[in-house]
Amino acid sequence: MAKILMKGNKAIAQAAINAGLECYFGYPITPQNEIGEFMSDEMPKLGKTYISAESELAAVNMLIGAAATGTLSMTSSSSCAIALMQEAISAMATAEIPGVIISVMRAGPGLGNITPSQGDYFQATKGGGNGDYRTIVLAPASINEAVELTYKTFYLAYKYRNPAMLLADGIIGQMMEPVELKPFDLKIPDTSSWEADGVGEGIHKRPFRKLVSLHMQGDDLPRLNEKLQEKYRQIEENEVLYEEFMTEDAEILITAFGTVARVAKSVVAQAREAGLKVGLFRPVTLWPFPSNELKKAASGKKVILDIELNEGQMLLDVKAGIEGACPVELLSKLGGEIAKEHEIMEKISELEKKYSPKKAGAIC
Amino acid sequence: MNSDSKKRIIVAGFGGQGVLFLGTTLSEAAIIEGKNTTWIPSYGAEMRGGSANCFVTISNGEIPSPIFDEADYGIFLSRAATDKFENTVAKGGLAVINSSMTGRKNLRSDIECIMEPLSDLAARSKEKMLLNIMALGILIKKTGILSKESVIKALEKVSSAKKPEFLKFNIQSFEAGYNLQKSTPNKVLEKIGC
Repeated sequence: MAKILMKGNKAIAQAAINAGLECYFGYPITPQNEIGEFMSDEMPKLGKTYISAESELAAVNMLIGAAATGTLSMTSSSSCAIALMQEAISAMATAEIPGVIISVMRAGPGLGNITPSQGDYFQATKGGGNGDYRTIVLAPASINEAVELTYKTFYLAYKYRNPAMLLADGIIGQMMEPVELKPFDLKIPDTSSWEADGVGEGIHKRPFRKLVSLHMQGDDLPRLNEKLQEKYRQIEENEVLYEEFMTEDAEILITAFGTVARVAKSVVAQAREAGLKVGLFRPVTLWPFPSNELKKAASGKKVILDIELNEGQMLLDVKAGIEGACPVELLSKLGGEIAKEHEIMEKISELEKKYSPKKAGAIC
Repeated sequence: MNSDSKKRIIVAGFGGQGVLFLGTTLSEAAIIEGKNTTWIPSYGAEMRGGSANCFVTISNGEIPSPIFDEADYGIFLSRAATDKFENTVAKGGLAVINSSMTGRKNLRSDIECIMEPLSDLAARSKEKMLLNIMALGILIKKTGILSKESVIKALEKVSSAKKPEFLKFNIQSFEAGYNLQKSTPNKVLEKIGC
């Protein structure tokens, strides 16, 4: 298949259309504006719906309405505006509505800056909404992978009837690289029976159904929570994705996601050339987090170096996942700065010294 | 650190000079040659002040980060771009500079600087000339990072997507830039009607 030069945001939008997107709702915010722009051009041509919402709150609530009828729908936004959508994401999880959210991160906190960042790991995986809910979160490290994971985001949202998020950093959104737009080949469950079929008449033809997040009767809410938790266990069991690169004989293991992981991958190759045994473990699903797989990879390592464009948000999942298998150190960049190859290399050299056993014969 | 096959190019100027177009042409030409490439524009706050720049990487292998601190080549079309990015060109690297707008003489001595009055050449030429693509011609001729044929094919592709009527101007501008180094500058200037 021919490779075409495409911007990440456009590739994500095209992938959503390939997946069968029927409705797009959005409100502009950098660095993801090309998604809305592309949708406003393409969706009407296909006879599908593009709505420029009056706010992010409106967009995400339109998403609830459309997805509740089984219509393939999505919204896209960034950091401080994804913050506005948290209540709705919790509501979708509770009512089991498969909303797809594309989040292209900018630097925070607050309105911050439009420069790239990974500061919304907590926001995406832990959520700002209330209660014991989970959002499926996938993090691409290239534009090709952004296409593949956009497909997967739709698939998983509908497979589990759960909100699912593609979490990209601003670099993935803004850069161009050669992309192979493979056709969508996942099977989204048939939702035609979800369609609204008329108040009054419908309930005579089928059982009464409602999608709500308020459960005031008896033990409805404890039972619902148990059901949701059971679903989350299944997702954790079946949907974990990760990449390992030269981890087996590594002494220092890097953990990183998104764009940073590709910088780290190139450093692994450089370190190997310099005779340093370094490997990379890259979580692709941030929730479900590949805890067991990481624990296995971490076994017998001198140290894990976690690299993030935030102050160590994934670090907590790394530490919890490996259950003390080895020490964990952090290299963080904040406020829109990028971790550079030479900085990672310097940190590796520093750790190599710090975690090497003292030479025999050294008398203290 | 930098493997031989990987080349990093910063293209900078101000909005309207065709900075992003030039960068896109480089990336498209890289794809035509079966190479890997990344392109990332300035989309930050500085863009809103009127400046424009993009970072292009061309490589036979995987490209780690599209953003870099040090470039092999720079194309600087304005004074502000030259001032801002001059120091990002690696020692022994090359900068193609639009001297019509730079108005500076004391540039770095540890890099090669090709200073051409591109704005003046474009303004004085009988044929319509585009200064960004002239600069591209100079870079390609000097470095050979991509073949002339690939760049012309890329121009055909990028022009047809944006403004097909500009293809002719793009190609003649590329040729003018490409040939600028070959003969004495005066002859080229005569040829393009200056």
